[in-house]
Amino acid sequence: MIQYIIRRFLYAIPLLFGVNVLTFVLFFIVNSPDDMARMQLGQKHVTEQAVENWKKQRGYDLPLLWNEQQRGFDKVKQTIFFQKSINLFTFEFGISDSGRNIGADIKQRMWPSLAIALPSLLVGLLVNITVALMMVLFRNSYLEFSSIVLCVILMSISSLFYIIGGQFVIGKLLKLVPISGYDDGLAAIKFLILPVIISVVAGIGSSARWYRTLFLEEVNKDYVRTARAKGLTETQTLFKHVLQNALIPILTGVVVVLPLLFMGSLILESFFSIPGLGSYTIDAINRQDFAIVRSMVFLGSVLYIVGLLLTDISYTIVDPRVRLS
Amino acid sequence: MCLMLMGCDDLQLNNPYPHEEAGQSILYSSFTERPKHLDPAVSYSSNEYALIGQIYEPPLQYHYLKRPYVLEPLSAREMPGIRYFDADGNQLADNVESEKIAYTEYLINLLPDMNYQPHPVFAKDSQGKYLFHHLTDEQLDDISTLADFNATGSRQVIAEDFVYQIKRLVHPKIHSPIAELMKQHIVGLDDFSKVVAEKKLLDIRNETISGVEAINQNQYRIKIKGKYPQFKYWLAMPFFAPMPWEADVFYNQQGLIDKNITLDWYPVGSGPYMLTENNPNRRMILKKNPNYHAASYPSEGDPGDMEAGLLKDAGKMLPFIDKVVFILEKETIPYWNKFLQGYYDASGIASDSFDMAIQFSGQGAAELTPELKSKGIQLQTAVAASTYYMGFNMLDPIVGGDTERARKLRQAIAIAMDYEEYIAIFMNGRGMAAQGVLPPGIYGYQQGQAGINPYVYEWVNGYARRKPLSVAKQLMVEAGYADAIDPKTGEALILYFDTAASGPDDRSRLNWYRKQFEKLGIQLVIRATDYNRFQQKMRAGNAQIFMWGWNADYPDPENFFFLLYGGNSKVKYAGENAANYQNPEFDRLFEKMRNMDNGPERFQLIQQMQEIVRHDAPWLFGLHPKNFSLYHGWYQNLKPNLMANNRIKYTRINAKQRAELRKQWNRPVFWPLVVIALLLLGMLLPAFYSYQRRAKETLQ
Amino acid sequence: MIVLWTDGLLFLLVLMIVSLGFYLRGKEHLQRPLAKIKSSRAGMVALVVLFFFVIIGLMDSIHFKLANDKTNEVISLLDYWATPIREQQEKSYSAPFSAYLYSKELIRSEDGVQRWTYSRLKYGGRHLINPETEKTQDIAKKAALGFVKGAALFGFVFFLLWGLRKQQNKVLLPNKTSKAVWLTTFVMVSGSYTLIDLSTWYHVLGTDKVGEDVFYQTVKSIRTGLVIGTLTTLIMLPLAIVFGILAGFFRGWVDDVIQYIYTTLNSIPSVLLIAASILMVQVYMANNEDQFTNLVVRADMRLFFLCLILGVTSWTGLCRLLRAETMKLREMEYVQAAQALGVRRRIILIRHILPNVMHIVLISVVLDFSSLVLAEAVLSYINIGVDPTTYSWGNMINGARLEMAREPIVWWSLLASFLFMFSLVLAANIFADTVRDAFDPRRANND
Repeated sequence: MIQYIIRRFLYAIPLLFGVNVLTFVLFFIVNSPDDMARMQLGQKHVTEQAVENWKKQRGYDLPLLWNEQQRGFDKVKQTIFFQKSINLFTFEFGISDSGRNIGADIKQRMWPSLAIALPSLLVGLLVNITVALMMVLFRNSYLEFSSIVLCVILMSISSLFYIIGGQFVIGKLLKLVPISGYDDGLAAIKFLILPVIISVVAGIGSSARWYRTLFLEEVNKDYVRTARAKGLTETQTLFKHVLQNALIPILTGVVVVLPLLFMGSLILESFFSIPGLGSYTIDAINRQDFAIVRSMVFLGSVLYIVGLLLTDISYTIVDPRVRLS
Repeated sequence: MCLMLMGCDDLQLNNPYPHEEAGQSILYSSFTERPKHLDPAVSYSSNEYALIGQIYEPPLQYHYLKRPYVLEPLSAREMPGIRYFDADGNQLADNVESEKIAYTEYLINLLPDMNYQPHPVFAKDSQGKYLFHHLTDEQLDDISTLADFNATGSRQVIAEDFVYQIKRLVHPKIHSPIAELMKQHIVGLDDFSKVVAEKKLLDIRNETISGVEAINQNQYRIKIKGKYPQFKYWLAMPFFAPMPWEADVFYNQQGLIDKNITLDWYPVGSGPYMLTENNPNRRMILKKNPNYHAASYPSEGDPGDMEAGLLKDAGKMLPFIDKVVFILEKETIPYWNKFLQGYYDASGIASDSFDMAIQFSGQGAAELTPELKSKGIQLQTAVAASTYYMGFNMLDPIVGGDTERARKLRQAIAIAMDYEEYIAIFMNGRGMAAQGVLPPGIYGYQQGQAGINPYVYEWVNGYARRKPLSVAKQLMVEAGYADAIDPKTGEALILYFDTAASGPDDRSRLNWYRKQFEKLGIQLVIRATDYNRFQQKMRAGNAQIFMWGWNADYPDPENFFFLLYGGNSKVKYAGENAANYQNPEFDRLFEKMRNMDNGPERFQLIQQMQEIVRHDAPWLFGLHPKNFSLYHGWYQNLKPNLMANNRIKYTRINAKQRAELRKQWNRPVFWPLVVIALLLLGMLLPAFYSYQRRAKETLQ
Repeated sequence: MIVLWTDGLLFLLVLMIVSLGFYLRGKEHLQRPLAKIKSSRAGMVALVVLFFFVIIGLMDSIHFKLANDKTNEVISLLDYWATPIREQQEKSYSAPFSAYLYSKELIRSEDGVQRWTYSRLKYGGRHLINPETEKTQDIAKKAALGFVKGAALFGFVFFLLWGLRKQQNKVLLPNKTSKAVWLTTFVMVSGSYTLIDLSTWYHVLGTDKVGEDVFYQTVKSIRTGLVIGTLTTLIMLPLAIVFGILAGFFRGWVDDVIQYIYTTLNSIPSVLLIAASILMVQVYMANNEDQFTNLVVRADMRLFFLCLILGVTSWTGLCRLLRAETMKLREMEYVQAAQALGVRRRIILIRHILPNVMHIVLISVVLDFSSLVLAEAVLSYINIGVDPTTYSWGNMINGARLEMAREPIVWWSLLASFLFMFSLVLAANIFADTVRDAFDPRRANND
């Protein structure tokens, strides 16, 4: 097991290297360091000298991939690629193009992201499982049919409509929650209610339907019929057998996304001006702050790989027959 | 639920602020994007000035109430003493012609007892050694924001601090945007910058600039080349605020930089407010500076100010508001809604909420709608000292150049672009179509018939009317583009519009441009690209037609006409003349006008220059925006002042009234929740019964 | 006639689907699932609705320049047909069916007196002398007329077919499903006739900020949605199929390399990858300006690239499914037998593996369609979606977001894009469900 984990970690290195090369190529084709400097220095009275200074300070005055003027290993080392990419492997994100320390910002902003993503996930899971169970419980009744129709309808609505509508009705008309904003500690709750509700509602359609099929598959298995025949009530079989067994694929599905929760939700965060990593990323894209974007790409990839690893491990935990090799 | 319903009489569920802040004198404001720099040597944008204007105090400021804008001393005791010298160092008379002046000397006397805000950079131990200038790793461990330092100190503001800040302007590490400009004006600054180019920032303290010196603790002197009367306006900008050398020592520690504790985020100032919390991802808080020097509310103003209640506080000590909270608010909708709920004290008006807020009376004057009036909201309007124009790249073979053909084409387009309609559609009438380079309020601007652009407008029945389209079409014929057919291709003339705008919000705007050109039969192709590419194109001179705007740095016509001065050409000299316009006559007049004091002769020159530009039409004069601002009734002592950036200290909040009204406006509505709950229940009940029936049945 | 990139690919896709249909006609193993789709009422109704959208989208994909027009403007067949609506542009917002602008404005009459009032629209309801009293009646009359026209057209075709069938002694409405299909067609045909008739006189869904007809905008947006939903899959399919099957069949280092590629791509947050690529396209276009002198061509290029990039980011999911399925098939007896008999691998792949994974491909294509249409809106919100000059629901929603804060609120842009987008996605989802139920062997066993 431990050996397996170590091997997976080693496997992550070429992956991350590939990610780095790709993003580096993409971003530096788009933007020359000169462009970045001008972008950051603003538009009034920018001189060549100022651009040169800026590049020098940020380390963008080096060649991109190969430094002819250095000798030995420094030929590779004294380049923008090496300086800007390899440091990421030690989680040294450096400073953003606008001059702030990215690592410190990420540390600070990941909590609001989590504060919105984690409750959304948990409440969502609870609601979706409940709805799916209800559908299975009342199967072949008008309730199931209308729930399925409702699910398809909910699925077909763009998430933007949920956000716009939610803010409009709950925030503006009913005045039940602040329209947007964020606060530290417990005071954050009132700001989080609406975004959490919206993300749960937006997710019900597809998730509840999926869970329903999982439950139905389980219900149709022989052992459930036997249990029912044994005299257990419908509710007992549902909760004892069906739920327990169907939870395995659900939970392992959750494990994959667990690390990615840190990355935050791009749109919810910027609509509700929550200072998380999602809005951080969007801001960086809009301001073309590529140092931040590259760091976020790297972070996202690392978290994704961690998620894959966690899934594998969780499989062995829930199902002892699976051996990691 | 019941409890909530009973308690809702007093309940504000949607209050975004802590409950205990309700009755305090706190101003709530917002920022849309985190400010990039709060270092006064670097900062150069209005959103940053909204903050540092309250924190840093340059020698001069604009009088809060008087119009036209006049300067008055701020950290200086009186207006600077100005003396002129010739090349040999002999003092000249005050009224000598500007050509003879080789140097001008500004002598600035400071207020005697100004102190910096309490700040850890000044903190000393009992031996008088600085506590935090050499932080150890253990000390750093406990620190994540500036508030985590357990001791603060302060000291007097001395003349040397002002000199130090001027030195900082040219250090390569600072990247001050005005470094190059100031090198042209301040004597010895260029040499100084060469000396310090390779030196560390901390070492500049010991070097001297030949043109800038502190005479004693309360006096310093700046020598500038030639006359350059606009220099006094620069002295009212934060670039010339005092900066203690301790700040650079303190903030230069790598351990602090890694924690984002830098001078760009935590200013050290002597102004009425100090920044106590800076979380640019969420909010920034200004608190009253306990060490602020004695300053009082102005006791004289313009006629009418007395009646408007603006002089009620005359002579009282500033500032009035205890705390200012700036909250990150990116979207306009939430901001506007929170303003209506009373959670923001002031607001601009987005084009989309305009109809709700403003209506026009029969005479065309803007006033608030009854709904807003009943809330006690006040409206203030002012024409901004800025101009938006459509520029033609004068280096372009089709629209540019000094040929009659191109000029007629430009003039024709100028008539066809109906900016009155633009203002009506996109700005809800909040702007005035520009007749020339200068916006109203700037010296040299002319109202009425004398001030119209005769190539585009005609004076009819007492107002300026855009010339009919037939005139433009005639011009097109004269230019050789009859029916907009390009004789070279035989097809419709194609022109290119370069823009950095690419958001969906810009789409309608771009469509509108296309429509205007179509009126003449010209095909306008929009080349939208990102901001960087756009800038690059402008620098290389590859753009053809573009939109650009300019906000005045200071209220002087020079600050507008220099945008068309040949020596500032963007392509040739990387200057601000984006149209790359070059007209020798215009340049000659500009050089003359630039160094003059306001007077009839200058006025005459300005009119001549306006005429040249109107005729050549390198710009299609767009519009001058009108600022409409809304304020709640509890926010007092407000007068629009587009130049001053330290207005907050004059204003006042009636916190009690605010708390009352907020309560009144924010009663939560619960009944829909109850209805939804009942509906759900109603849906479930029959299903539950049918389930029970089924559970009793035996398995088939 | 001008063929844009997306036009060409769209028609290529149609051609492929049609020829695939001919090729598969009469194939035995497809009869059961096809029959199942045919008998599903919801599925068939959804298909009719989808078909309607596709026709509009295809009409909007035939571009040409008008011969007598010197303006260099590229229009589509749909534009040509909708010319009156396209050109009837008002000054600013107006509500659906309104004859007035939505907000008051300062009007200076000839004698120089200014008044603050609602002014009449230039086109919407211009034939009315007194809108307050005549409007409702006029609308009802025109709607009825349009409906009758549409119904007449439908009736004509219907009875023609009915007659033909009768001659061959077949019934036109053999069961409930075909009744539903015909009913839907009837509603759609006469409904659109009504709308078209009305929209020459009124702005059926109001106008937007610069006075453009919202109904026209939403209809134009259909093409964008379809292009994104279909072309993306067209681009992703070859990648996913080739890589998936190769990885599953050959295992070993081929599998390792392919797995490496897709894990790498997958691990990059796709929004960021799309953002970077879109920026790159913009740079390319800025550097090669002379190729993109026309707005339509520019916008189309960006749309095409967006599909390309979405394709690159989304092939990994299907690839993984195919890999797993191929690995399973590889162990099947008949494949093993073919291998033992020395059949060439290429043949095995094409003869035995590919046909047996096609149901997975089909299911994932129809499932992806709706999520791609939804994704477009979200991407446009972050400014990395389609070109801002392209008509798309994403762009419309984005504009409408600000309109929600107006007072009185401007709701029609949002509603229009909501209705059209919703019906397309809903139809696609229902159809996808039907297809999945029909083709998924697991589900087939379930009932």
